[in-house]
Amino acid sequence: MTAGYSAAEMMTVAAARALGNDDICFVGIGLPSAACNLARLTHAPRLRLVYESGTIETRPTVLPLSIGDGELCETALTTVSVPEMFQYWLQGGRITVGFLGGAQIDRYANLNSTVIGPYAKPKVRLPGSGGATEIATNCHRIYIVMRHDPRAFVAALDFMTTLGHGATGRERRAMGLRTEGPVLVVTDLCTMTPDPETKELTVASLHPGVSDRQVRDATGWSVRFADRVGTTAPPSGVELETLRDLNERTARAHGTTAAE
Amino acid sequence: MSRITTLADAVAGLVHSGDTVALEGFTHLIPFAAGHEIIRQRIRDLTLIRMTPDLLYDQMIGSGCARKLIFSWGGNPGVGSLHRLRDAVERGWPQPLEIEEHSHAAMAHAYAAGAAAMPCAFFKGYRGSDLARVNARIKFVECPFTGEPLASVPALRPDVTIIHAQKADRAGNVLVEGIVGVQKEAVLAAARAMATVEEIVDRRFDEVDGPGTNAVVLPSWTLQAIVHVPGGAHPSYAHGYYARDNAFYVAWDAIARDRDRFTAWIEAHVINGGPDQFRDRAFAARGRAR
Repeated sequence: MTAGYSAAEMMTVAAARALGNDDICFVGIGLPSAACNLARLTHAPRLRLVYESGTIETRPTVLPLSIGDGELCETALTTVSVPEMFQYWLQGGRITVGFLGGAQIDRYANLNSTVIGPYAKPKVRLPGSGGATEIATNCHRIYIVMRHDPRAFVAALDFMTTLGHGATGRERRAMGLRTEGPVLVVTDLCTMTPDPETKELTVASLHPGVSDRQVRDATGWSVRFADRVGTTAPPSGVELETLRDLNERTARAHGTTAAE
Repeated sequence: MSRITTLADAVAGLVHSGDTVALEGFTHLIPFAAGHEIIRQRIRDLTLIRMTPDLLYDQMIGSGCARKLIFSWGGNPGVGSLHRLRDAVERGWPQPLEIEEHSHAAMAHAYAAGAAAMPCAFFKGYRGSDLARVNARIKFVECPFTGEPLASVPALRPDVTIIHAQKADRAGNVLVEGIVGVQKEAVLAAARAMATVEEIVDRRFDEVDGPGTNAVVLPSWTLQAIVHVPGGAHPSYAHGYYARDNAFYVAWDAIARDRDRFTAWIEAHVINGGPDQFRDRAFAARGRAR
């Protein structure tokens, strides 16, 4: 805790700022959902949120626990079937931003959400792709939000669930993909953007109070820094208050009593 | 033509050991009561299909119903892991589980292909993903007109699809509203299908001002059995009836983490339980009715 806000709050706020009023955003559960709804409740009221359960232009008052909570459908402009969502809306190229996370990321922003260890005999079986594999190639561009940790920011993925810029940074072009892929990674320490030439992730700004050293220690490869590394603007009073209200409403709505 | 019957009768008649079975419902309307009946009837060696296995398949896998799982996202939504699924994959308990793993887009397209009696689905997907390396049923083909590379997966054609829905009428037609997921495709892709429903109304849907004209109505001749099971989707939810029991999803993590605690829970709530208990559980759950 520094200056009255947490690193997690800084991360969510920094991710929210990347979204604009003209975006149509495919939202994942967890950190992306918090960031997207914070953006909608602050600087981007016309931001359109789409969840893979089929809800289009949804305006939840609390964060959903799952991708298909009733709240999403009740507050949506329209709700379509899951095949329609993936065929007409995602594959149809109508979504501008996809927000993703994962268990592991490498220097070219490829993601693993499938297994730790070998696929046939995993040490940890993770949930898998869900929508991520096609979100990554069919949305116009991708934002990634993940906690910065050496077990997550790794030199080599155990499994490439989701294409970022590929094993060498050149794969998207070689495959003829016309979407941009990952253009921004937001962590609890910094923001990173791909180098325009090599596509290798480069630290663009450090959050207030974070040192180069902290980012190096939390990254499993020798991470590059931009020529001029900025400082992320700290959360404003409005951003913090809105985020905390949202989280409080959410905690109240979901309850905590065990239902055994 | 669908027949209105009991849950025990419907499951015994339609689901057999060794079948390929889809119990669908995307977060919403997950047919828990029907899945529990499969556990109670000790049906074995199933190939289970579901985009998001959710707690229901965690329970069925942990109870030894499944030989194989076809899926695209295997977690406890918003909470974490499915510990019974993980135990089966990582340590072979209570028996080894073969997995066929896809992405959501692939599964959605594969159900739609099944409903359309296509042998396979084509879509823009799996580019650059290792999934295509570990799953031999993911292939790439060239568009015959443009040469564009397209992913292809086999159509999903379950022996049986089971869904939970809001309503049936006395004629056996079924209404699904809200987040409709892949249920229509999964029913039409299957050789046999059944639905549990929140209520059965006397007048036919087309004789009342009830459902909107575009609500998903599955005609009676697309299913074999209808069963009245109020609350049958708990701890998931039924739009218009009861909310998702998010607290139960959170509580499940600790129950499923431990083999003994899991087994005791199944014994108490499934083996010694029945469809009649779902109404109380669903409507007692925290949260307002939706």
